[in-house]
Formats: sequence, C-alpha cells, structure tokens
Amino acid sequence: MVSVCFYFQVHQPFRLRKYPVFEIGHSSNYYDDNKNIAILNKIKHKCYLPTNSLILDLINKTNGEFKATYSLTGVLIEQLNNYAPEVIQSFQDLAKTNCVEFLSETYYHSLSYIYSKKEFKKQVFMHKKLIRKSFHKNPRVFRNTELVYNNEIAKYIENLGYKGILAEGPDHILGWRSPNFVYKPYTCSKIKLLLKNYRLSDDIAFRFSSKSWAEYPLTASKYNQWINAINGNGNVVNLFMDYETFGEHQWADTGIFEFMKHLPSEILKNPDNDFMTPSKIIKKYPAVSDLDIHNMISWADIERDLSAWLGNNMQRFSINKLYEIEKTVKKAKDPKILEDWRKLQTSDLFYYMCTKWFNDGDVHKYFNPYDNPHEAFIAFMNILEDLKLRIKTKKEVVRYVEA
Amino acid sequence: MFGWEFPPLNSGGLGTACYGLTKALSKKGVNICFVLPRNQASINVDFMKILIANNLAGSLDLRFIDSILKPYLSYEDYEKEYSNNKELKEIKDIFNVNPEKLIYGSDLFKEVVRYTKEAEKIAVNEDFDLIHCHDWMTFGAGIRAKRISRLKGKIKPLMLHVHATEFDRTGGNPNQVIYEIEKFGMENADHIFTVSNYTKNIISYRYGIPKEKISVVYNGLEANEIQLNEVFNLKKHYKLVLYLGRITIQKGPDWFLKVAKNVSERSKDVRFIMAGNGDMLPRIVEESAWLGISDKVFFTNFLRGIDIDRAYELADVYVMPSISEPFGITALEALSKKTPIIVSKQSGVAEVIDNCYKIDFWDTWKISDAIIEVLNDKNLYNKLAEQGYHEAKNLTWDRAADSCISIYNNMGNLYDSRGEKW
Repeated sequence: MVSVCFYFQVHQPFRLRKYPVFEIGHSSNYYDDNKNIAILNKIKHKCYLPTNSLILDLINKTNGEFKATYSLTGVLIEQLNNYAPEVIQSFQDLAKTNCVEFLSETYYHSLSYIYSKKEFKKQVFMHKKLIRKSFHKNPRVFRNTELVYNNEIAKYIENLGYKGILAEGPDHILGWRSPNFVYKPYTCSKIKLLLKNYRLSDDIAFRFSSKSWAEYPLTASKYNQWINAINGNGNVVNLFMDYETFGEHQWADTGIFEFMKHLPSEILKNPDNDFMTPSKIIKKYPAVSDLDIHNMISWADIERDLSAWLGNNMQRFSINKLYEIEKTVKKAKDPKILEDWRKLQTSDLFYYMCTKWFNDGDVHKYFNPYDNPHEAFIAFMNILEDLKLRIKTKKEVVRYVEA
Repeated sequence: MFGWEFPPLNSGGLGTACYGLTKALSKKGVNICFVLPRNQASINVDFMKILIANNLAGSLDLRFIDSILKPYLSYEDYEKEYSNNKELKEIKDIFNVNPEKLIYGSDLFKEVVRYTKEAEKIAVNEDFDLIHCHDWMTFGAGIRAKRISRLKGKIKPLMLHVHATEFDRTGGNPNQVIYEIEKFGMENADHIFTVSNYTKNIISYRYGIPKEKISVVYNGLEANEIQLNEVFNLKKHYKLVLYLGRITIQKGPDWFLKVAKNVSERSKDVRFIMAGNGDMLPRIVEESAWLGISDKVFFTNFLRGIDIDRAYELADVYVMPSISEPFGITALEALSKKTPIIVSKQSGVAEVIDNCYKIDFWDTWKISDAIIEVLNDKNLYNKLAEQGYHEAKNLTWDRAADSCISIYNNMGNLYDSRGEKW
C-alpha cells in the first residue's frame, strides 16, 4: 500500500524596493509594488489559475480519489486579495471539494521561530485565523517556513496542539532509513512527522525539463513505476514542492501540465495505491520509529540547512538587528509599524542576500530581484533604519501628547 | 585635446576636471577640438548644447569616436581571444611594450588601441598648434598626433596632463604595461602638467622625468551656486560623516570603515554614508556587517548630478582617506557646500586648502578624533566650513586655465620649421 501525498507551497513575498539613503525618515513606502504586482500577475496566468483548474479537474475525474495539500502564506493571500481575487476564488472552489487540505505555517513566511518564539506563535495564530476565514478549514498539520525543522520545533508545535509536522528527508539524517514511512519526533509523544521524498519530489520540481538528465523525458507511466517500486517497502510518498513548479519554474511547453494530468490515473491503476493528505496519513499509519533531528534542517540547497538565509555576515547581521527591535516595535502600538516590521521578516528578503553561488547559484539568481546580494542588503538596512526612526518619532509624539 | 571621459558620463574626477578646464580655456579664447570615446549608446544631447552655448570666446568642438565596450570576458574566452587578437599585437607597435606582459582584461587595451587609431585620423584632418592629452589612455593618441604634425611639415608640441598615475590607482601595485605606457608617453612629451606637487614628485621619482619638464596646475572648482537647503529627517537624529568616491583601493574605503567602527564605539549619534561604486563595494559591504556597524553605515551606490550635491549637504563632515590622491576635487565640492573636510596627507588638495584636517590615511585614531572634535565643537565647525568655503571658491578653473595658457605660449614655438628644438 502506497499513499501519495502531494503538498504544494504557495508563496510570494512583498519584495522591497531600492530604498535610497535620502528617503530615510521621509518615506514609509518600502515595497516595490510594480514589481510585486507584475510578478503576481505573471504567476497567476502561468501557474495559479491553470494549475488550480487542473487539480479541480483531476479531483472531479477521479471522483475525489485524487487529493492535494496546500500551504498558502499570509503575505500571498494578502496580495491575492488585493490584486487577484479570482485566484482566491479558485482555491475556495478547491476547498469545497473536501479533497484538499490546508496546512498551517507562519503568516509572514518568516524564520521567527529561531529568533522569537513569542512572535512565531503570534504569526502562526494569525495564519490559522486567515485560513479559517478564507477557506473555512481548520489546519491540523504544521509546516514551518522552508521546512525548517528540529526536535525542539516539533515539541513546540506539539504543545500548540497540532497532530503532525512536515520536514525534509535528507540523507545525512536518515542514513539507511527511508523517508517513505511516518515517524515520531524523538522529543514528542503524539505528533507525527512526515518526511519529504526529495528524489521523487525534485524529479518533478527541478529535473523535469532538464535535457541532460538521464531519465529525460519524464512520463507519467515511468514515474508511476518508481512509485510502484515503493510498494511493500514504504507506506507513503511525500511529494513536497513549490506550486510555481507548474507553469512557472517548469513552463507549460515542457509538458508539465500534461504530465500532471495523466499521473493520477496512472497511479490509481494499481489498486494498492491511493492519494492522501497529511491528516489522513497520520490517522492511518503508525509511526515506525522515533527520529532524532537535533540540528536545524530545511529543504533548501544541497546543504539542507539554514545557510541559504543565515549563511553570511550580511544575513545574520540584518536579521539580528530586525529582531533586536521587537520590544520597541510592540511598545509603539502602531499597527502600520508592526505590519512593516513583520513584512521585513519574510525569509525571502534574507535569501536575496545569499552569497554562495555554487551548485544552487542558478536557483538563487533565478529568484533574486536584485542585481546582487549586496544591493538587497543595502535596501534592507536603509528600510530598517527608517522603521527605527518611525518608532523613535512615534515615541516622541506619545511622550509629547502625554505631557 | 584628447580625453577619455566627460560629464555627465564620467566615473570620477577625470571627467569633471576635463570639463572645467576645457570650459575655462574656451572662455579665454583658446580653440579646442576635444576628442572623446563615445562609450555609451547616447550621450546627453541637451548637455552638449548647454556647453557649446556658453558664450565661449574660443571654440569648442567635441569629437566622438564610436566605441562599444564589450562585457568582460571570462578567462577561457580571454585566452582564445588573446591568441588571435590583432589589436593586442599593435600595442607593441604604439607603446613599445611587450604585449606578453598583458594581464589586464583585454577590452580596455583594445579600446585604447582603437581610440588611438581613430584619433590619428582626426589629427590628419585638423589644424592644431598644440596637443594636450589627459591621462594614459590618450597618450598614444597624442604621440601619433605629434607624428602626424611632423609629416604635415611642422612639429607641434605634445603636452600630457596627469590626473593620476598607475601608482595612485593601484595603491602601489602598478600594472607593468600601463606603467610603461605612462612612462613612454612622459618621455615623449614636451611638457607635463600635474594636478599637484604630490603627483609631480611621483612622476619625477617613479618615472624618472626631470622636474623642469613638469608644471603644477591645480584643479579648480566648477562655479556651482546651487544650495538645495533640503530638509533631511535623518539629520535631525544623527551627525553624518560622508565618504564620496569610487569604492576602490586608491580611495581608502577600508580605512574609512575602520574609522567608522572607531567613532561609532565612542559616539552614539554618528552615522556614516559611503557614496560610490567600485570593485571593492561587495567586500566593503560585507566587512561592515562583519564589524557589526552595518546599521551605522549607509551605502548609496553611484550618485549622479543633483544627488551628489544632496550628499554633500546631508553630511556634517566629509572624509577623504585616499591612500594616494593626485588632487581630490570632491574635497573642494564638499567645501563649496560648506561641509568641513578631513583629507589624507597623501593628497594634492592638502597643498591648497589650509582650513581642514590633514591626517595620514592610515592614522584611523587621529581621523576619528578629528571627526568627533569637529562634530562637537560648533566654533571649529563654522570656522572650517566658512573659511574652507572661501578657500575653495578662490580655486577657480580660470586660474588653472591661465597657468595652462602661459605654458602654451612658451611652448608654441618649441620646434622650428626643420623640426629641431630651439
């Protein structure tokens, strides 16, 4: 019996504009609205709308046998509400089928767990509230930003009442073990752990259109053989990927939509196979073993650690300075300041400052709206200074009014 | 005149100096044909009109040599290019150096060679009395023009204007080919202008040129009365220290960072602005994060036009920690906005301005002390700002043009009709 679990990450950050020194103290408009809208529009047409309608078709054609799981970040939903409400509508249509599960994560797609648990908890609740409001679903399974995970996070999430948590299944952790089973975090008593099968996931997400790949071209039946091969040797296949894989990272002319259209029926040909969402998997399969993951892991780059966001001095310095002002931000009691501070936490902003251009350099460059990481850092620091001055000014005003 | 850059498409002081000097000379009745490479698709046409419509007594004729700078080659491409590159071999021809020593990216040299050949064609068709070249890229053009004048019947004197030597630009690690081009040009020149005694000494000491052949013509300040009086909120919260220049080894950006670290440890409300772009920018940005002062150092990248004036006005003090600065026009520009200056002793501007701090670039403690002193002492601040302002205002391009003209007059008949020196 193999249960295939498709989980798609749907996220777009609020990219910052190039903020000149002269504007510090004068402009609290931090975002590159034109670019953000343009990118959202592009992705809407290339990915969100066509893929949503494909997924809906697949669910209908298989009489609800096909299942899919989504995690939409708060910052994406905000942007969709403002500029592409029809995408929200199409996600709501999917939600109504009851074949789709929505996961819980931080509203701002942030690394807040590492820097402030208080802020992390707040963002998780904000996100949960938003998902309930948007899709009338109550998320029960958690995925942290970029699948950042360790024992401690699992325990924290268990205490928040979640039934399951998602993580990467990297070789250096698993060793001889397989990601195709359900595990239990070493520190926890109840919560279950689902691990990404990164080989099969990346076959679709990264290698699908790569002509230098030995398995090119990838067909639904070939892929189905690999899934079937797990039968008897695993319970689940967790295929975790960015939603933008469909139509954006892999363009429509690569045949990615055709592939996806035929895959469910291929997989379902074998009566031993089915599709499931994380909540169902957790109910159905027992944990085969404890898994001890002490150091933080993530799903990024070959290192599968935090180095994509916190690997160099610029990244560590800027994020430290950002969380350093948490108390003063919250004391200012200004909703706009608080919102801007939270938007600055979005992990993508630190990803843009990454300077390791080796194997994953192409991936980094593809996503970077700046010409180089230093420019991203400079814009971020200028904006942070303006935010600090706003807090300072606000404090002075409050003091003046009170006097 | 042969030049390499001209505002608004300049990357540094060379363009500013060429513009100021050319304009002043034209005003005084000198007819100039200025030859420039056009290294960008379109030059600001309005700007040229303003320049030419400036009631010049003499005439100014700008000539452009079309040139398209290719993006830099990778190492493999370079080797391929090198083995079948005609232009590289011609360098030997023009400058009498061995191209095997060439380790720079080949593009710049190719452009120089192309420029030289095109300039030669212009020299054939133009009538001129003197040749005046600005910096090493144009030295070949000057030498060729002089040769043409001999073929035309009367040798015209060649003057080189040295705005910077290879020793300045590289912080003392010169590229041998460029050094030899410079030396060859200087030896073949009839007279050399330098922008300071500092540079005159370098040319005499490093290039072995007799001092009698060298005159100092200090740079001037373009009369620019723009006072923006813009209100900057940043200024309400902090005192601001400005670095403005290319972020490259010559200008001492790494020393500026050390100063910033030192000052910010001693004084809470001081912030630093590093304006400019350059090969060292990434390194300097990362180093500021490593030193833990990135929240106190703001980077602007390359500034143009009005933004330069804004930067000077925003600043409370301007620091120029160059490790070798032939002149340093930016220091005068800062003073023209009544911003006090701290300049390195290793600079030309230190010879002409008294109301400023002159400190060794490596003496970061002393520079830090000076910054804190000038920011805290209102009287001192006003004295340096006001009196420095007047000193800078007196350094006009007219004065520089007068010095040039008097040398021109001495040189005019350097060669008799047989091509012999008198």
